[in-house]
Amino acid sequence: MERTIPEFYAGDYDVAVIGAGHAGCEAALASARLGMNTICFMVSTDTIAMMPCNPNIGGTSKGHLVRELDALGGEMGKNIDKTFIQSKMLNESKGPAVHSLRAQADKQKYSNAMRKVMENQDRLTLKQAEVSELLWEELEPDQKENEGNKLTDNASMVPGKKRITGVKTVSGGIYKCRSAVLASGVYLNARCIFGEVSQPTGPNGLPRATHLSDSLQAIGLELYRFKTGTPARIDKRSIDFSQMEPQGGDEKLVPFSFTNTPESIEREQQNCWLAYTNEETHRIIRENIHRSPLFSGDIKGTGPRYCPSIEDKVVKFPDRERHQIFIEPEGDYTNEMYLSGMSSSLPEEVQLQMYRTIKGMEHATVVRNAYAIEYDCINPMQLYPTLECKFIKGFFSAGQANGSSGYEEAAAQGIVAGINAALTLKGEEPLIIDRSEGYIGVLIDDLVTKETHEPYRMMTSRAEYRLLLRQDNADLRLTEMGHRVGLIDEERYEAFCLKKQQIADELKRLNGIMFGAGGAIQEFLTMHNSAELRTGTTMAELVRRPELSYDMLAPMDPERPMLPKDVTEQVEIEIKYEGYIERQRIQVEHFKKLENRRIPEALDFSAIPSLRLEAVQKLTKVRPENVGQASRISGVSPADISVLLVYLENYYKKNASVTNEV
Amino acid sequence: MSGYVMENDTIAAISTGLTAAGISVIRVSGPDAFCVAEKIFRVKNQGKLQKLSIAGVDSHTVHYGYIVGEDETILDEVMMLVLKAPRTFTREDTIEIDCHGGIVVTRRILRRVLEAGARPAEPGEFTKRAFLNGRIDLSQAEAVIDVINSKNELALKNSVKQLNGRVQTEIVEIREKLLRQVARIEAALDDPEHMNLDGYSDELLSENAGHLSKIKALLATADRGRLLKEGIRTVIVGKPNAGKSSLMNALLRYERAIVTDIAGTTRDTLVEEVNLDGITLQLVDTAGIRETKDTVEQIGVDRAKQELLQADLILFVTDASVKLSTEDRDILAEILATKENSGAKVLAILNKCDLEMVTTEEHLQNAVRNGMRNHSDAREVLREGDSDRVSDIEVLSVSVKEVAGIEKIEEKIKSIFFAGELRNDDEVIITAERHRSLLSQAEESLRKVQDSVEMGMPEDFYTIDLMAAYVSLGQILGEELDEDLVDCIFREFCMGK
Repeated sequence: MERTIPEFYAGDYDVAVIGAGHAGCEAALASARLGMNTICFMVSTDTIAMMPCNPNIGGTSKGHLVRELDALGGEMGKNIDKTFIQSKMLNESKGPAVHSLRAQADKQKYSNAMRKVMENQDRLTLKQAEVSELLWEELEPDQKENEGNKLTDNASMVPGKKRITGVKTVSGGIYKCRSAVLASGVYLNARCIFGEVSQPTGPNGLPRATHLSDSLQAIGLELYRFKTGTPARIDKRSIDFSQMEPQGGDEKLVPFSFTNTPESIEREQQNCWLAYTNEETHRIIRENIHRSPLFSGDIKGTGPRYCPSIEDKVVKFPDRERHQIFIEPEGDYTNEMYLSGMSSSLPEEVQLQMYRTIKGMEHATVVRNAYAIEYDCINPMQLYPTLECKFIKGFFSAGQANGSSGYEEAAAQGIVAGINAALTLKGEEPLIIDRSEGYIGVLIDDLVTKETHEPYRMMTSRAEYRLLLRQDNADLRLTEMGHRVGLIDEERYEAFCLKKQQIADELKRLNGIMFGAGGAIQEFLTMHNSAELRTGTTMAELVRRPELSYDMLAPMDPERPMLPKDVTEQVEIEIKYEGYIERQRIQVEHFKKLENRRIPEALDFSAIPSLRLEAVQKLTKVRPENVGQASRISGVSPADISVLLVYLENYYKKNASVTNEV
Repeated sequence: MSGYVMENDTIAAISTGLTAAGISVIRVSGPDAFCVAEKIFRVKNQGKLQKLSIAGVDSHTVHYGYIVGEDETILDEVMMLVLKAPRTFTREDTIEIDCHGGIVVTRRILRRVLEAGARPAEPGEFTKRAFLNGRIDLSQAEAVIDVINSKNELALKNSVKQLNGRVQTEIVEIREKLLRQVARIEAALDDPEHMNLDGYSDELLSENAGHLSKIKALLATADRGRLLKEGIRTVIVGKPNAGKSSLMNALLRYERAIVTDIAGTTRDTLVEEVNLDGITLQLVDTAGIRETKDTVEQIGVDRAKQELLQADLILFVTDASVKLSTEDRDILAEILATKENSGAKVLAILNKCDLEMVTTEEHLQNAVRNGMRNHSDAREVLREGDSDRVSDIEVLSVSVKEVAGIEKIEEKIKSIFFAGELRNDDEVIITAERHRSLLSQAEESLRKVQDSVEMGMPEDFYTIDLMAAYVSLGQILGEELDEDLVDCIFREFCMGK
């Protein structure tokens, strides 16, 4: 029996953030820090920045995202630096572009530390309540904008058609706001499944959001149904670690945040443990596979390929005799251990049987079951690269609600959505990071341009300018932007400018030091198994030699200034990989040309003569911001792009008042 | 991804339709056009070849001189037009090289231009640039779009058509292997705790060496680009008096033909080069070989076999006015064996059909079919029910004494090699040239992979050039990159978490 709940006025805000997970926290903090009166809603204040799945932050390409986030003025990097219990630089034997930082987090400490930051942030109000509805109004089509152009058939795709006016909670509270950021994670109509059991809850048995999906659909948003999963948590006391290989952290620590030094984050670290599945594990899985909802057809949602359940792996790679699993502590406060690599949706008793086949886990006690979770998210192609919805002014969306996966991916979108919610209200130019400027740019561009049919995870192979987008130079790439939008204070900005200057000066100095083919240098080179000089060369050329390094050459460089390690690191990378880096810079120049050709918002693609039907459909659906984005839509060919370029040129000449360049 | 046209580089194309005679114009446009000109163009000054400093000449001036190769050897005598921006068709710096017509020379100069820093223009690209740079009137916009569209369609058709099946298969194979290598590296970079790359460099080096030699072979051997550049090596065979010499002479004397004599590879063989409406035929008359009977018979047969093996096209001439003889069947058997090995095209010509026809097309077809059946390799083919192989030996009844007969042969050759569409000779050439340049780009990229491995660079650097090679080869096939790497990673490798 449904009762009508009376509505009441609950306040006026600039920005409402729905959710306080990793996306919601960054969005709320960015918005409040940029001067917006902000309210952030959450299921429970105890679950702020909760980590319901793996107990780590960073990892390959995700570590890049966190460092970029930090350079922009985000919180995740600082928060993990406060709360990690192990830290490791992955891929250290590979090139600098793929070095990736990963830290094991103390989950509770992480959540608490973020809660403290949130609670003490000026202009930010926290509210434990379920948002059930978006409030909005119709906007008259902007006459001027559409002059001379036919409107597209799908009226809801016309930019500026609707506008957010507030949000409503299940208890009837009306919170007026000018912008809203959806950061609902996996809570929308969530369902947790293992074996024959299906529970209508969010992760960890937390209440799900049952009403908001309907409201999103009512406003015209297209929803997807995605799926993900998490492994079991095992009681530490029931594991025999002597049967497993310990995996320690690095001795030399690298902080996530550019505001921290290695010394400032020193602490004792905990081990993770390496174990393996075996034939017996696989046999149990095979025999019970029909009871897995993934295979029985009970789960309809699309799961991620990069983080398959153990039953997926066994079925898909039948020849593999074993799969690695990592057993990771969830924190100092608990005995629960996370079984990385063994997420599952098999029935509870099968899970127990399966986990107990692993060497060292014969007597394992399962504290929490593995489960799969299904949830609603929006089709992110409905968003601009600013993360604002194309047809709802003031509606932004970030994180798993956009079909991504991972804490870092969520946080990265969160800060961009929060910044842009604030900037657009202030009437300032929004922040768009492009593919040549950061992984954040690649992530968002992929989400809003390419159709995803599974939760999207960042990978270094998705970044075409990977050599330029290193984790070590995230500050050099993005601090400027963070400063422009207002999240980086003057003190930090000045330190950044000094670093930049020092790098430039030192590069210049090294290129200016000449050696003739004689004297002490020859002796030095012979001593270091490096070819003697035949003609004159520069110090930079010597640094470039694979067998030499900047530090090794110190004795040959008496004038060398004392420089911080992060400066000399940049100098050395720039010199050593100059050829490759230069090639990518040239590619970026080409890339920028198409990126700078804007496509008018209301352009009717079907009115472009000779554009192929498929291209018209795809372009109309995506409504790319510029020709570069258009060129990345699958189904749009180079010939279509040529046609589009010619048409746009014509269009801009007719509408000479509109500027061609961004 | 990289298939998109860059806006600011230098492009080149043959801007006149190619004909066998007359003048061809090669147009070069873009910021480096003059730099290209200075690299390849020489004027004669007091008997010596000198560079022409473009900075020192006025716009819209014509210069007489020579196109030279990298080693300064003269390729052709030309007139070069210097057109300085912005008063040019594209509003960019432009040079136009008027050279002697003819496919071989024009193509050689175009290649030289590309070596010097230009890239082959996309279809309609000059017009597109003209438009984008505000040179063309607005009312022409739609016409421009149509040109781009139609030319693209045609180019795509040509592009794929010009690849023969074997070349295409090899490119596809190499690409698949490249993608798998990249996916393996990327999977390990993405999930270093589950996958390692120990000892991988050696494996990559050896596989890479294989790719390199394949690409080298592709560059060197029979793609249609080569057919256009060097001509279709055409061997005429048949028993004495079937009409080989008449055919050869008729082809040589054909009114539109340009004849040049070049020494053949074999001392005794004269190779005649004939340009038939844009197609160059290198005619090899085996008459002299086959007819030296007695003691040197064996030598003659061997030589004929060798010639057959090198042929792109075998013209098998028989006499319609007499019955097919054992000798005819022997020659046919030899042809069929050769065809099986070399993949040469065969055209059977039933000559003297102006006389009373004792042997008909059907007789000849039957002989071909029997010949296939008797040939052991071919039997395998037939058993698999692949009867296409038989019918792709076409039979043509003509009289080589009549002009109409020769035209019939010419049309047939065109349709065999270019599916009848040689109207757009310039497109064919530029496409062939684009294939070649993409193949060398792929080769270059794979060399860089080798360098990276040998220099001890970390594995993530390998993927840059592996991927570049993958993209270049994909452009030959007209394919785009899209998501296939990520798909391959997940398909092939079991990722962690």
